[in-house]
Amino acid sequence: MSEGGILVYAEYIEDRVHPVTYELIGKGRELTSKLGGSVKSVIIGYGASSRAEELIHYGADEVYVYECKIKSPLNILLHKEILVSLIHEIKPKLVLFGATPWGRSLAPRVAAALRTGLTADCLDVYVTDDGSVVQVRPAFTGNIIAHIKTVTTPVMTTVRYKVFKPPKKDPSRKGKVIIREVPAEGAVHYAGIEILGKAREKEVNIADAEVIVAGGKGLKRKEDLKLLEELAELLGGVLAVSRPLVDAGWASKDRQVGFSGNVVKPRVYIACGISGSPQHLAGMKDSKIIIAVNIDPSAPIAKYSDLFVIGDLYEVVPKLIEEIRRIRGSKSWRLSPS
Amino acid sequence: MKIIVLMKPAPDIEKVKFDVKKGVVDRSSAKLEINPFDLHAIEAAVRIKESIGGTVTVISMAPPHAEPALRDALARGVDRAILLSDRRFAGSDTLATSYTLASAIKKIGEFDLIICGEKSVDGDTGQVGPEVAEFLGIPHVSYVTGIKEVSCESVTVVSDFGIAYYLIKIKLPALISVTKEANVPRKPKFKDLMKARKAKIEVWTADDLRDVVDFSRLGLEGSATRVVKAYYALEKGREGTRVKGDEGVRKIIELLSSSGVI
Repeated sequence: MSEGGILVYAEYIEDRVHPVTYELIGKGRELTSKLGGSVKSVIIGYGASSRAEELIHYGADEVYVYECKIKSPLNILLHKEILVSLIHEIKPKLVLFGATPWGRSLAPRVAAALRTGLTADCLDVYVTDDGSVVQVRPAFTGNIIAHIKTVTTPVMTTVRYKVFKPPKKDPSRKGKVIIREVPAEGAVHYAGIEILGKAREKEVNIADAEVIVAGGKGLKRKEDLKLLEELAELLGGVLAVSRPLVDAGWASKDRQVGFSGNVVKPRVYIACGISGSPQHLAGMKDSKIIIAVNIDPSAPIAKYSDLFVIGDLYEVVPKLIEEIRRIRGSKSWRLSPS
Repeated sequence: MKIIVLMKPAPDIEKVKFDVKKGVVDRSSAKLEINPFDLHAIEAAVRIKESIGGTVTVISMAPPHAEPALRDALARGVDRAILLSDRRFAGSDTLATSYTLASAIKKIGEFDLIICGEKSVDGDTGQVGPEVAEFLGIPHVSYVTGIKEVSCESVTVVSDFGIAYYLIKIKLPALISVTKEANVPRKPKFKDLMKARKAKIEVWTADDLRDVVDFSRLGLEGSATRVVKAYYALEKGREGTRVKGDEGVRKIIELLSSSGVI
């Protein structure tokens, strides 16, 4: 065990280690060259010990495992207590969380308990030549980017999913696994919080999608979302919407892109009939490629698009679907061994 | 039930102007109004009051010109409004803000439930709710998309954990932060707006918190983070291609092919 370095909280819910965890471990490795120390990770939950090696393969040097004896969802106060005592013990310089709903709920409690600073939803973290950590985050619904230093220790940060590249997995990598007991037995009932169970699944997890086809107020009827869904499926992506369509009851909030919905960063984002309000832009402007189809040449989204097609989505999208089908058809025809 | 709503007076993000060079907000360009997420916190509190009885107190920490936002809250069914306003609170980050709000709640004394919005449109951290809960030593649930049951001992809520929604029963006193899905806020009635115009807004300074607060933990001095630089993010767009109609279809296909999607 060593002091200093970087601690990455491994978000582990429903038997899944959130992929942002690996991105943070990768970033942590990079930052240790200037910050010094090792990359540590902490994972809490039923079956956590089975995931420790994987965290090492992605770049952790030491993994603290808090294995729960019963399978249960997460009790935030239990996680907080574990993290507070671990941070007191190993004294990391920097603690990283994913800026997921869970991470953004847990990290502030830990920060307040430690009376240290926490910077939310960061897009980057870097270390200056004098060795101080700077956190880069959007504010004012994405209008402002601020660079922030923390004057207390440890520096605590929640980082947005998909801003850092996931590191390559190296199964030959070796590290240390430290197994700990979960301090309280009652993971389900704990300190006034009782998790009764899952209320419902998400209809779709658009934050994970690599291709998103999104519809906005340019759509005339709810049924027309099927057209966009068809395009999304052809491209192996998912359908998303802007806020007005959720408000109109045309789609569920799970599909909403924007400041009050989901922040997404797919490889390709195709906005159809979306003018691009600041709230919508805040949810998608960091996508790798942005294509917008809009009948209004003055739509604000034009400025944030790699390709802006001025046209009626009811003409452009069907033609696009037809064209993709044609290309796919000819490709498979050429590939067939007749 | 004694309910406290934490409300942030924030500029209207549609109207506010940015100083593009300095990367700051031109504070004179938009009035402070109720942070849109907090409208849902107020609505949730008022609905609980209507169904099982009680009082709703709103607390804000803001400059004096935030008063109209508190009057708006009163018009929406809030019974008491407290504005924490003092130069000594200026420059607070989430840690100092949460500490100040938690101290004010200690001064108020008894409460059962604290409700806030999931985040603010300006700060956009979502951290103040959970930090206040930690300072008060009470449980919290963030990202509450629905309130299912309320009794004098507990509330049962649906919370977004990211991967799925969970049903959680939380013992009171507690804090919840609600999302925009939690309810549809009502518009205030004309007569309530008129009544709120004359209502009293209590203004508390740091000195009013004397018995419950450590002055060194307030404002900039009590803050753990410093903004070292800031700039306007939307100034630089992308150097995109603009095309019309069928040419557009061809260009989209080209882009999708070159990016490996088709």
